[in-house]
Amino acid sequence: MNEGRKEIIQIVFIGIGIIFLIKLFFIQVLDRRYAQLANSNAILKETEYPFRGLIYDRNEKLLVYNSPEYDLYVIKKEILRFDSAKFCKVFSMTREELQGKFKELKTRKEYSPVKQTVFLRQLSTIDFARIQEHIDEFPGFYIQPRTTRAYTTKALANAVGYVSEISKSQLERDTTKIYRQRDYLGQSGIESQYENILSGKRGMRFKLRNVDGVEKGSLEGGKYDTLSVPGKNITTTIDIDLQQYGELLFNGKVGSLVALEPATGEILAMVSGPSYDPTLLTGRKFSSNFMLVSSDTTKPLFTRPLMAMYPPGSIFKIVQTLIGLQEGVFNYDTRFACDKTLVNCHNHPNPANLFGAIQYSCNPYFQQAFRRIINQNKSPNTFTDSSIGLDNWREYVKRFGLGSPLGVDLPSEKGGQMPGSKLYDRIYGEGRWKYSTIYSLSIGQGEMLITPVQMANMAAIMANKGYYYTPHLVKSIAGEASDRIKKRNETGIDTAYFSFVRNAMSAAIYGTAPRAIIPGINICGKTGTAENPQGNDHSVFMAFAPKENPKIAIAVYVENAGWGGRAAASIASLVIEKYLTGEIKRQTLEAYVLKGDFQDQVARAIKNQPTPQLVNLQE
Amino acid sequence: MRNELNISNKMDWITVMIYLAIMVLGWLNIYAAVFDPEANNTLFHFTTDFSQMPLQMKQLMFMTASLIIILAILIIDMRFYETFAYIIFGATMFLLVLVPFIGKEVGGNRAWLGIGSFGVQPSEFAKFVTALAVAKFIGSVGFRMDNLRNQIILLAMISVPLMLILLQKDTGTALVFTVFTLVFFREGMSPFLVIAGIVSAFIFVLALLVENEIYLYAGIGVLLLVTIFAGKKKLKRIAILTAGAIVVVGIIGSVDYVITNVLKPHQQNRVKALINPDSDPLGYGWNVTQSKIAIGSGGFIGKGFLNGTQTKFDFVPEQSTDFIFCTIGEEQGWVGSLLVISLFIALLLRVIFIAERQKNRFARAYGYSVACIFFFHFAVNIGMTIGLFPVIGIPLPFFSYGGSSLWAFTILLFILLKLDGHRGQVLARL
Repeated sequence: MNEGRKEIIQIVFIGIGIIFLIKLFFIQVLDRRYAQLANSNAILKETEYPFRGLIYDRNEKLLVYNSPEYDLYVIKKEILRFDSAKFCKVFSMTREELQGKFKELKTRKEYSPVKQTVFLRQLSTIDFARIQEHIDEFPGFYIQPRTTRAYTTKALANAVGYVSEISKSQLERDTTKIYRQRDYLGQSGIESQYENILSGKRGMRFKLRNVDGVEKGSLEGGKYDTLSVPGKNITTTIDIDLQQYGELLFNGKVGSLVALEPATGEILAMVSGPSYDPTLLTGRKFSSNFMLVSSDTTKPLFTRPLMAMYPPGSIFKIVQTLIGLQEGVFNYDTRFACDKTLVNCHNHPNPANLFGAIQYSCNPYFQQAFRRIINQNKSPNTFTDSSIGLDNWREYVKRFGLGSPLGVDLPSEKGGQMPGSKLYDRIYGEGRWKYSTIYSLSIGQGEMLITPVQMANMAAIMANKGYYYTPHLVKSIAGEASDRIKKRNETGIDTAYFSFVRNAMSAAIYGTAPRAIIPGINICGKTGTAENPQGNDHSVFMAFAPKENPKIAIAVYVENAGWGGRAAASIASLVIEKYLTGEIKRQTLEAYVLKGDFQDQVARAIKNQPTPQLVNLQE
Repeated sequence: MRNELNISNKMDWITVMIYLAIMVLGWLNIYAAVFDPEANNTLFHFTTDFSQMPLQMKQLMFMTASLIIILAILIIDMRFYETFAYIIFGATMFLLVLVPFIGKEVGGNRAWLGIGSFGVQPSEFAKFVTALAVAKFIGSVGFRMDNLRNQIILLAMISVPLMLILLQKDTGTALVFTVFTLVFFREGMSPFLVIAGIVSAFIFVLALLVENEIYLYAGIGVLLLVTIFAGKKKLKRIAILTAGAIVVVGIIGSVDYVITNVLKPHQQNRVKALINPDSDPLGYGWNVTQSKIAIGSGGFIGKGFLNGTQTKFDFVPEQSTDFIFCTIGEEQGWVGSLLVISLFIALLLRVIFIAERQKNRFARAYGYSVACIFFFHFAVNIGMTIGLFPVIGIPLPFFSYGGSSLWAFTILLFILLKLDGHRGQVLARL
């Protein structure tokens, strides 16, 4: 009666065995997912973040270094017991914040309960000390050290730039695939320009670990491990003492100061006012501080020396002089009447020769001299003639490094604007403009815009009598001189003309900027007062010193500070004194600059008129 | 007496070889499971303090003890087992009643009776004891399986230990006793009862799998209408089909009730984890997920002996006992799994072969009990590690770490071999 039942049972037994073998074949041989899961289970990839390169000033004074910070990671599945009240206390969070944090974790794309996930980032050393004591009470939470940027000085924030975690869009744009989420990336300034030198190489260690996350040695004896390579140190051309002094003088002012070493093009100081405290843009408060700094109406993140474009004003008369002399359209003895119908002027000996025109910054003189540069009768048509003359003039100007970026080793340098015939053709139409349309250019106004670093470079050209080296910020990398091409850029203008101009600049100090006089130092300079339709005029000054053997070339631009002979000349003169002598003897002038009130009643009333004091000096 | 000592000639050596092979493989894998590259734990790491001894050494001692047990079984008169079957059964049931009161708690289950630092689980021994009693009843003179009274008695005989062990909260071991229905089937119980049980279980799982039960009800309705209109439209047939459909709907309806009200939370979770282990890989699905990861990462030929990371670093829970198969899967790959599964199938088929050659019903029914108990353990244990069954904590015979289970399985097997050795001496009573 029980026929075949033995066979049925045998078939059931064998059947189960075959089902198991098939299922096993699927999960062991066909589906390789499990092998990967096993690796992520047992192999802990530990990133060894490299030390970012340090940044020094020209005298090897440390400017930027790394300070430890700590990230708190969590592996959700390892949280066994969790005393949330205590957690809140230790980590100084509210219960709502904690719950929000956990909720936020789950919304992250890369979130996995078995992987290390950042819970709190960038804890300070103080937080770390408190948390370290209690971390054992919260299984599943880990602290990983990392470094963040720290600064020995608040100065130079704009030039150095800041570092922050790589953003999503930057990560997507990174074709090298070097960067990963949460990596630090230089976002501006030197940090950004020299990112690949400063960043170093990330190291990776593969460690075996058990289910509790306890390390059980390295994978295959560390065969796959890589060591981190620290970033290279950078020595800048900045003299941090001078920089700090410059920033001190710029306190409460808007504008720029650029000081160069004429013989090398090294940037000694680069002040952007107003600036910000670089420490704000580090650590856990980065986001909120960044919002604060970037939304500040005074734009502290805007690197004015390289990015702000201003009309140069009267300092441009120096360039006009040199072009005119080189073109031979006027000479040292050419005189023009101080005719104030087109442009205003001050009272000075009239008619002046070229030297006097520079010394007293005579606007009508240069308005008439510039006509000679533009209209050289190369065409009978006055419109065509102006067009030819302007483009010829523009070629000269460009050789002074104006109108296009100089190639400073910082990101986002602006080129300014040097108008040529094309620009005016676009504005007025071809053949519909002539010299009388564009005469504002003669005194550095109108459509002409240049950056403060270009102004400083102009001063360096005067100091060098006709050439310049591209201004730069990095002197050496890891002890080796920077391989940036130090090309000598020639203006192609006779040295003799420069000697003449330098003499005029030396005299101009007495003519328009007596505040700039430094006893015992022969300083050459030129003031400018750039007209500003939006508000008070900008105060401009460019100079170099000492005349015999120039060590420093400088340009100062103070927005809305009026006369060039006041704010800009005073600041430039103090910085030169500081650099050349190491101390300030003119305490009164320093106090005057620090007080910063260049727009007093008198100054406003006598704008565009020489002060009695100046007249006296001329005698 | 001469026959007792001369048993080696009649010993079924094939079974013994398989037995030894599985036991040694198990022993090596227990070592691999607890192996810690940083600890000083060699294969034969001996300590004088038993509690300090590594697991593979403890297991080695259990294995040695098994040999003594085997010797004892072979020496004892073969008639003893049948004669005293009911008495041993009664005594063991009594112990099982006592366990909840005097037992010590290990791992949440109060299933151990302690003697010093040693402990035994009466529930392990209940298996062979019940097998003997059931076999004796089936082998009794004039026994007929189609007798309702006999069927009820047999069901009672397996229900008593099942219930008592359930009281110890050891669901896994308790469920082992359901496998006796296969023995009953072999001995003549109507297949309808077995099939009805399987169908119910199938519908039960289906009800769990289908999220919205409306579809299931609709499907049953459609199926009912199709079968009614496809065949003869007799009133009786329609009534039976409708009644069947109502029963099925009742089962489905009861699933939710059973899940939420009868099963304990951790058991509910295990059932849920079976249906979808990925739904919460860290919660109730953790064991299955990790077990599958360990086995799946082994590949075709495995990572090599002692080179497993998942089992060694404790990602797999209970890796030396219930989840011992993970070690084979991870370190020996599919090839190793094939070897182990083949050994077990060989053992099962050999035991059936032995059972079938017995000359009396007692020995045959006992043989089938042995085969079926092994089968249940084998199927459920490996099935759960690869995610085919819910996680039920029962050991893999001769393979998992543990003295009680090793001894109980050894006794189970060697009583059969003892009976087999003397099969020529018994009166045919088939």
